Amino acid sequence: MDSKKGIIFTGAVIGILAVVLVRFGNPVNMGICIACFIRDTTGALGLHRAAVVQYIRPEIIGIVLGAFLISLGKKEFAVRGGSSPFIRFMLGFIVMIGALMFLGCPLRMVLRLGGGDLNALFGLAGFAAGIIVGIIFLKNGFSLKRTYKLSPLEGFLFPLLNVGLFILLLTAPAFIFFSTKGPGAGHAPVWIALAAGVIVGVLVQRTRLCMVGGIRDAILFKDTYLILGFISILVFASLGNLYFGFYKLSFAGQSVAHTDGLWNFLGMALAGWGSVLLGGCPLRQLILASEGNIDSVITVLGMSAGAAFAHNFSLAASAQGPSPNGKIAVLIGFVLLLVIASFNLERETKATVQGGVKIGAS
Amino acid sequence: MAQVDTRGMSCPQPVLMTKKALDINSAEVTVLVDSKTAKSNVERYLNLTGYTINTIELDSKTHTFEISAKKQ
Repeated sequence: MDSKKGIIFTGAVIGILAVVLVRFGNPVNMGICIACFIRDTTGALGLHRAAVVQYIRPEIIGIVLGAFLISLGKKEFAVRGGSSPFIRFMLGFIVMIGALMFLGCPLRMVLRLGGGDLNALFGLAGFAAGIIVGIIFLKNGFSLKRTYKLSPLEGFLFPLLNVGLFILLLTAPAFIFFSTKGPGAGHAPVWIALAAGVIVGVLVQRTRLCMVGGIRDAILFKDTYLILGFISILVFASLGNLYFGFYKLSFAGQSVAHTDGLWNFLGMALAGWGSVLLGGCPLRQLILASEGNIDSVITVLGMSAGAAFAHNFSLAASAQGPSPNGKIAVLIGFVLLLVIASFNLERETKATVQGGVKIGAS
Repeated sequence: MAQVDTRGMSCPQPVLMTKKALDINSAEVTVLVDSKTAKSNVERYLNLTGYTINTIELDSKTHTFEISAKKQ
């Protein structure tokens, strides 16, 4: 599947599945949103108490299990970690703060564009700006250092945790919170959502689709492979929305969105910059976490903690717009990214070996 | 000849390291990778920039590959 056709096909399937999930009950332009769905799951566990965004999202569980099983089947499951774990936790946290300012992860940004939500144009501009800032640091030697081999159990725990979440979803014990109104109450039937997630997990694991990687590689390496997936999602989500009659071209009155252009821009700039430093968007982090990358597991936990903080301290924006606390949090996020990015610039390790050049991880 | 060891590095660093090595010596490069993602990313980059590549698997357990590339 490492071909242009493969990634265009994957984008098409994601774009269409996202619209189908809306048709079956997910909030509009939120067929799949990694940030929103991690936030909802965090809320269902009671780690935040925003009553309108609490639900264990089977799409996330499906993505994890799909990517886990296919990586096992393809012998790509490899348990590794130890590449700046706490920095990655912080980066995950910050990406979530940015995403919840904009109201969506980079994938939902594309889906919002595909639904005619023009506010997402500000998000896209910010996202690209954040990526460019991140690229400047990458070019100057930004690195979160190398990973190390870990024990297999370490890698199996994350998928297992997701099986546990699925059991909680099906059994719905009293200590789990499920929204009765708001975005959290809007969801497709469990098995449909799970199946859609599995399909997405498998395809994205095979093609390495990544929202941040698309723009990054196009700028950094003039490599258009990943951005084809990005464009494909946009095209097919647009077509799907037109077909089902969800398409609505406007700024005002969009589902789970606000019209503050500046903060849509800044939220996504924060998410884009943070994601470049992490090496991938929230969707990609989720896939990597499922194939044994413990650093990405830590990142997902960071996103989850970010979501909990965002709703416990009123940092997340709402349809009414950004909150004062949220604006401060986003600005603090930029300062933290600058510190993290600046303190992880490596001077190249160059050693001349037999008249040649050697560049390696030291 | 430039040798690049990207083992343990995550995306997009293997490609960045390869690019840096080629900036110094663009005729030939050998890149060590230890994931299939890094392998395909580095191969794609070298293909795009006009290199003939030859990849051998050094260790299937750890997904370690050695990619040798020569300017076409």
